[in-house]
Amino acid sequence: MMDWYPLWNSLRIAGISCILVFFSGICLAYYVARLPRILKGILDVVLTLPLVLPPTVCGWLLLLVFGLKHPVGMFLNDVGIRFVMTWYGGVLASSVVAFPLMYRTARGAFESFDETLAWSGRTLGLSDTYIFWHIRMPCCRQGIIAGTVLAFARALGEYGATTMLIGYIPHNTATISTTVYQLWRTNDEYHAFIWVLINIAISAVVLLTINVYEKRGRERRRLL
Amino acid sequence: MSLSVHIEKKLGAFTLSVRFETRGGVLGILGASGSGKSKTLQCIAGIERPDAGRIVLNGRVLFDSRSRTDMRVQDRHVGYLFQNYALFPHMTVEENIYSGIRYLKDKRERQRRVDDMIGRMHLTGLSDRKPGQLSGGQQQRTALARCLINEPDILLLDEPFSALDTWLREQLLAELKQLLTYYDKDVLIVTHNRDEAYQLCRHIIVLEDGRVDSSGKVQDIFSAPPTRAAAILTGCRNIAPARLLENEVVVPDWNLRFHPERPVPPGLCAVAIGERSFVPGREENGQTVTVETILERPFSWLVQFRYRNQKENTPSLWWQVDKTSHEPPQVLSLGVSSRDILLLHT
Repeated sequence: MMDWYPLWNSLRIAGISCILVFFSGICLAYYVARLPRILKGILDVVLTLPLVLPPTVCGWLLLLVFGLKHPVGMFLNDVGIRFVMTWYGGVLASSVVAFPLMYRTARGAFESFDETLAWSGRTLGLSDTYIFWHIRMPCCRQGIIAGTVLAFARALGEYGATTMLIGYIPHNTATISTTVYQLWRTNDEYHAFIWVLINIAISAVVLLTINVYEKRGRERRRLL
Repeated sequence: MSLSVHIEKKLGAFTLSVRFETRGGVLGILGASGSGKSKTLQCIAGIERPDAGRIVLNGRVLFDSRSRTDMRVQDRHVGYLFQNYALFPHMTVEENIYSGIRYLKDKRERQRRVDDMIGRMHLTGLSDRKPGQLSGGQQQRTALARCLINEPDILLLDEPFSALDTWLREQLLAELKQLLTYYDKDVLIVTHNRDEAYQLCRHIIVLEDGRVDSSGKVQDIFSAPPTRAAAILTGCRNIAPARLLENEVVVPDWNLRFHPERPVPPGLCAVAIGERSFVPGREENGQTVTVETILERPFSWLVQFRYRNQKENTPSLWWQVDKTSHEPPQVLSLGVSSRDILLLHT
């Protein structure tokens, strides 16, 4: 009998991370794009760092903050929140690693947005909030959707930081990627192979979505 | 209906320092690119913030550096037609116009006004198109409709034709002039194109290096530009430095010296001669000329020439003459009435 828990857990972790990263990435992209140049440069490096750092380094840094022997982790543990060896610790790890993908693509989209559209909206009496949700976001949707899909894919495939922070506990913190490693280690080639196929299938769907969307975007741009 | 503007703003190389008032109707701001004319409009709309000054629209203070008033763009009720029209690309024509009256609560009234505006701006049948599927003229009308339905207290047009082909311009110029008759409040048009300024505006302000160079009725400025900048912007190409010597005006570049028949302005710095003011063979201010090139226009000849005694390294002059035959004009000397020599001050 196949144990489907890792699929459910992976989708849950990736889904929640994706939602968190969607809002935080857009928010930070929007505000960082308007900062003075020096501050922008510094924040940009800090916020993109998890993209280039090895995931194990990210995991180590997360343990340094949220580990149970460190002040923040100890405090959070006292109030009942524990990121170490829990499934929502996986959400934290995946979010950190996936965040730069959302942030960078969203920022690129916001920077190519024609600011006169916002100004013309303001002269018509439209509020900045309305302009953000009804003009800026729809105009930048291509980049934002691409960023979301990439972030989801990255969160789904996260291994390094996840395994350091939440390890592998069957029926608890097991995700697809940690399960594949575990099955390979215990010579269960058959089940490992099934999980690999599932993983390939999910990734293919994600890439296909991006491609279809980009193609539609290109056609629409050609029409303009 | 009045707008009073007095603004100062540091802009890189120069300081924008503009002061003017509207007298109703369509006012044009004519200036070369980089003269600060678009920045002036942006200051009025609240897109740019002046360093100092005061802007009052129909008694409402939009900006006052002394009392630290700086009204939000949304509250200024200023209509702004952007150079690229700034239509929302993901919305249809109807939705774009709709966004101009979102403040109206009554949905049915809102729809009625949108339909009415679509009809008035000759956009019937295009409601469901996206801006990308419209021609330049249709885009302009949509943007204008979106502005007008918002019922602004003043309408600002920033280079309304710069995004269009030349042949489309003339047609749309007439159209815009007609559409603007629906709007009974002040209109401010920024342009570097003299035809647009002449045809659309009642009064114009000439802007040069960030300050008001001259202003007046459009016909007056065009028939007798008072300054060098105004002469250049109204299309005069024959300009040379000049000074007053006893009772005569001396133009060293052209080897010309004449008794002025127009009142000499204080601070006389140059003279200008309209391309059509030269008369072949006339003795008054007549000189032998050497023709350099002759350009054929559909209905006129454009002759580039130099005076025989013209100073070297000074620009050639232009004479335009109506076509009477297919033969280019033969000319040995050109004269000009002293009455037709414009006296320009700084």
